[in-house]
Amino acid sequence: MIMSGDMKLTLKVWRQKNSSAKGAFETYQVDGISKDMSFLEMFDVLNERLISEGKEPIAFDHDCREGICGMCSMYINGRAHGPWKGTTTCQLHMRAFNDGDTIVVEPWRSVAFPVVKDLVVNRSAFDRIIQAGGYISVNTGNAVDANSILIDKPDADKAFAAAACIGCGACVAACPNASAMLFTSAKVSHLALLPQGDPERKTRVNNMVRQMDIEGFGMCSNTGACEAECPKEISLENIARMNREYVSSVFAG
Amino acid sequence: MNWFTAFLKSSIGRKVVMGLTGIFLIVFLVVHCGVNACIFVNDNGETFNKAAHFMGSNFFIRVAEIGLFAGILLHIVQGLLLWADKSKRRPVGYNKTAGSVTSTWYSRSMGLLGTLILLFLILHLKHFWVPSRITGLGEVMYEQEKVLNLYSEMKRVFSELWVVVVYVLGVISLGYHLMHGFQSAFQSLGWNHPKYTPLIKSLGFGFSILVPLIFAAMPLLMYLEIIN
Amino acid sequence: MNEKWTNYKGSVKLVNPANKRKLEVIVVGTGLAGASAAASLGEMGYKVKAFCFQDSPRRAHSIAAQGGINAAKNYQNDGDSVHRLFYDTVKGGDYRAREANVHRLAEVSTSIIDQCVAQGVPLAREYGGLLSNRSFGGTQVQRTFYAAGQTGQQLLIGAYQALERQVALGNVEMFSRHEMLDVVTIEGKSRGIIARDLISGKLERHFGHAVLLCTGGYGNVFYLSTNAMGSNVTAAWKAHRKGAYFGNPCFTQIHPTCIPVSGDHQSKLTLMSESLRNDGRIWVPKMQNDPRPANQIPEEERDYYLERRYPAFGNLVPRDVASRAAKERCDAGYGVGASKMAVYLDYASAIERYGKTEANKRGLHNADKETIITLGKGVVAEKYGNLFEMYEKITGENPYEVPMRIYPAVHYTMGGLWVDYELMTTIPGLYCLGEANFSDHGANRLGASALMQGLADGYFVIPYTIGNYLADEIRTNSIPTDHPAFMEAEAAAQATIDRLMNIKGSKSVDYFHKRLGKIMWDKCGMARNEEGLKQAIAEIRQLQQEFWSDVRIPGDANGLNPELEKAGRVADFLELGELMCVDALNRNESCGGHFREESQTPDGEAERNDEDYAYVAAWEYKGNNQYDLHKEPLTFEVAKPSKRNYA
Repeated sequence: MIMSGDMKLTLKVWRQKNSSAKGAFETYQVDGISKDMSFLEMFDVLNERLISEGKEPIAFDHDCREGICGMCSMYINGRAHGPWKGTTTCQLHMRAFNDGDTIVVEPWRSVAFPVVKDLVVNRSAFDRIIQAGGYISVNTGNAVDANSILIDKPDADKAFAAAACIGCGACVAACPNASAMLFTSAKVSHLALLPQGDPERKTRVNNMVRQMDIEGFGMCSNTGACEAECPKEISLENIARMNREYVSSVFAG
Repeated sequence: MNWFTAFLKSSIGRKVVMGLTGIFLIVFLVVHCGVNACIFVNDNGETFNKAAHFMGSNFFIRVAEIGLFAGILLHIVQGLLLWADKSKRRPVGYNKTAGSVTSTWYSRSMGLLGTLILLFLILHLKHFWVPSRITGLGEVMYEQEKVLNLYSEMKRVFSELWVVVVYVLGVISLGYHLMHGFQSAFQSLGWNHPKYTPLIKSLGFGFSILVPLIFAAMPLLMYLEIIN
Repeated sequence: MNEKWTNYKGSVKLVNPANKRKLEVIVVGTGLAGASAAASLGEMGYKVKAFCFQDSPRRAHSIAAQGGINAAKNYQNDGDSVHRLFYDTVKGGDYRAREANVHRLAEVSTSIIDQCVAQGVPLAREYGGLLSNRSFGGTQVQRTFYAAGQTGQQLLIGAYQALERQVALGNVEMFSRHEMLDVVTIEGKSRGIIARDLISGKLERHFGHAVLLCTGGYGNVFYLSTNAMGSNVTAAWKAHRKGAYFGNPCFTQIHPTCIPVSGDHQSKLTLMSESLRNDGRIWVPKMQNDPRPANQIPEEERDYYLERRYPAFGNLVPRDVASRAAKERCDAGYGVGASKMAVYLDYASAIERYGKTEANKRGLHNADKETIITLGKGVVAEKYGNLFEMYEKITGENPYEVPMRIYPAVHYTMGGLWVDYELMTTIPGLYCLGEANFSDHGANRLGASALMQGLADGYFVIPYTIGNYLADEIRTNSIPTDHPAFMEAEAAAQATIDRLMNIKGSKSVDYFHKRLGKIMWDKCGMARNEEGLKQAIAEIRQLQQEFWSDVRIPGDANGLNPELEKAGRVADFLELGELMCVDALNRNESCGGHFREESQTPDGEAERNDEDYAYVAAWEYKGNNQYDLHKEPLTFEVAKPSKRNYA
């Protein structure tokens, strides 16, 4: 069994006791890091050490550690989820770094994502956007036979690509304006592309955009940073589709 | 009209306004560039002065000019609002950002580029629009018709080096502003299509190099007296 | 039995709409079972409170299921039927599941697909616009519906959206970042829960006429598993301590295709979808301790041991069989990779096969090998691209070029709280749904059946069965949460927290968790024997004592404290681990995922003992490491037990 590696790293990590406290960066030296470790396992190593030193470990969100639950959320060296394309923080591995590197780790920054503690932020704004209309109103038991709804494969594929969003918030974190357009548009697109979503498409886009604005997310200036940082590589096309849907819901609705 | 003001205040409504006014200004640039390019005929300004006269005396163009000013104003006001809004959305900024990896610097600097263009625009209006519409200019006769001699005014203005430098910097700002703005306007209006978007992007790229190049050539060639 | 569910539905007691509004239901956990139950009950008009420990209900670990969901739709016209799905599931579970439950599961499976499609779940489609199916381990028909490698995600988001809709309508109140710490019982009935707000650290008392535990499996008792880091047994265990029986705790599924452990700092294991076994071939070298890299081992020196041992099912044998076969080869010294605890999953022949088909499709009949390989890689990328990428991110090896290394890992727990046909535990008013209960998968779960069960329980079973209980509760008014039972339960939960915080020992929570995991994996893992299990029980008891005297939890309990959360969970795992070993020791037969070395055929296959063990072991908590065994005999009217034969 490979015991541990020999990488030495300097970590600059944001520490903040709670949402009302003032935070600051702290610097840690970590060594014995192996290239095969995941980024979060490197944090585990550091936290184990902090515990053994009687200090409080760094709080960070994580759960599935296989890139799908959307819980992990670190802004690593100036990039949401770190340097690898199409990768969540938990799937980032230490091969991405070199011995001696300094790594700056910050929480997602947005007025709509207040810091809870250290690197943990509150993303409940996303749930409220979904509550505003990110669903198809069908009660359990109301469904017709699944194959009675035919869906053009290209549309089904596009809907699927949009539905791949894991709601991690990297788009907001990466956007210079802290906009949530990619997240919101992914859901609008997913449902607008399917015949099942058609009956509610106008009210849906209207209500979801309104909620997005109420939550305090910023404007979109089409820089494309969200698409570049999205771990599921959700396309900007979805934002254009949402713009279209919204305009038509306002003027034709 | 409650729904309409709600639309204008919404995040997407604002984008749409930016996109629409942006496309309108792009159309204006085409016309402006086309008319001014008449100086390259190098006939001592006759073609250019006539074209400018047509533009100045045509009723529809004059009406459009009002629209143009409204559009510019709207574009500026919205742009500044968006710029001001940014800092509210992220009150605590990042210690380290690597934005250049994920987006172009000019797409992130539209506010700055726009402001530079605005400063240039003020100077530009003072040079040409104010004398031709308000304070008056010398005239010249072509086939029994008196027209303003804008051409000689250009030659006068572009005889000073600092003016030429400011103009060149101004159109460089414009170029970068367009490089993001052109395709961005289409995206904002929802016109994104896997087949046509690459075309729009290439077109926008070409446009934002070509048009500023033509504009830059005017003061340069005049200063160097290649056009005379 | 075929009519049992229909008859039940026809005669079950109902609650009228006006009364539903007065009845409160607590749902703990928001995975497939919890989200679908909370949404459905909210739609019906009950007042629902839903709880999850994650920051959003959308994060539940159902989201990580990759492969698919079974349903007896027979869209492929390949002979599938409700009966066949039922039969495959009972057989796949090695005849240790309750027949009637499984039949009901097979019956409602078709409605699940209809419901999900109506919600907008983007299941894979054919060009004609119809739904697509694929095959999965343990079956000979194509009945698995899927959404690329993200089926669990898409189904969960569908249920999550339905749940959020009910939240918006005010029918469901959502409590995220809340962890349930105890069940409150009054006069023998379940009446609410104690939950901790993980942000403020405060304990809360919540009343409910009924409580649903949809809290998933307990695979993390092994420390390393494919479960999410936060997956835990606490809710189920607290209910067990309050009187709910625990059914078949030792039935654990070890999934054959996971990425092997790379080092001591490993925090979790990653599954490579079972669907990879559709096209990949599993092999080890024929020579022990072969030092050569895979590509240098010629074809004739490779042992495709699954194809050799089980020609009828080949690489598609059920999970328990495939896992044991891999362990057998590695233990015998044929393992590969640095740790020698891995086997190869090879796509070379699939790439070549697909490449040839693709070349023919494009009219390239004399394509050279290189072109064929390139084309084949393209096809494989389309089918499994995301999985291959994930493999490369984790291991740094390119699976298109070198065979993947895989090894079995803990994946799912068939055991769980014992429930009756109505999904009610032995505490009246306390229900248990999804992976958290024991009911449908017997001793081994077939691939693509977990999603089916979670959604069946939440969408189509509990909405009927809960009415049968609540119909008699319409006269029960909301019980104020200052009732002594609530106060006592809260005080007890607070006392446990205080006790943990005050140990101020020297070792971290993970230190104990890792040690527990090692005991469990070595002695209660893929192969178990009497001696090992007895040792394990002694070691775990010792570890419990060490934990309660030497664990160190930094920080305080008045705010977000992940170490405190982990400590509470590990404390429960330490007790559960012991019960699992007790159960494994009691069951001196091999069935499904439970392999007792004492009970095997001469050629090493599992040997079931229907004479003595055709029962569900339902354990009652007695305190002080004592558990009483209650046996629920299993009778098979339709699917008569036979030897599970995949050869």
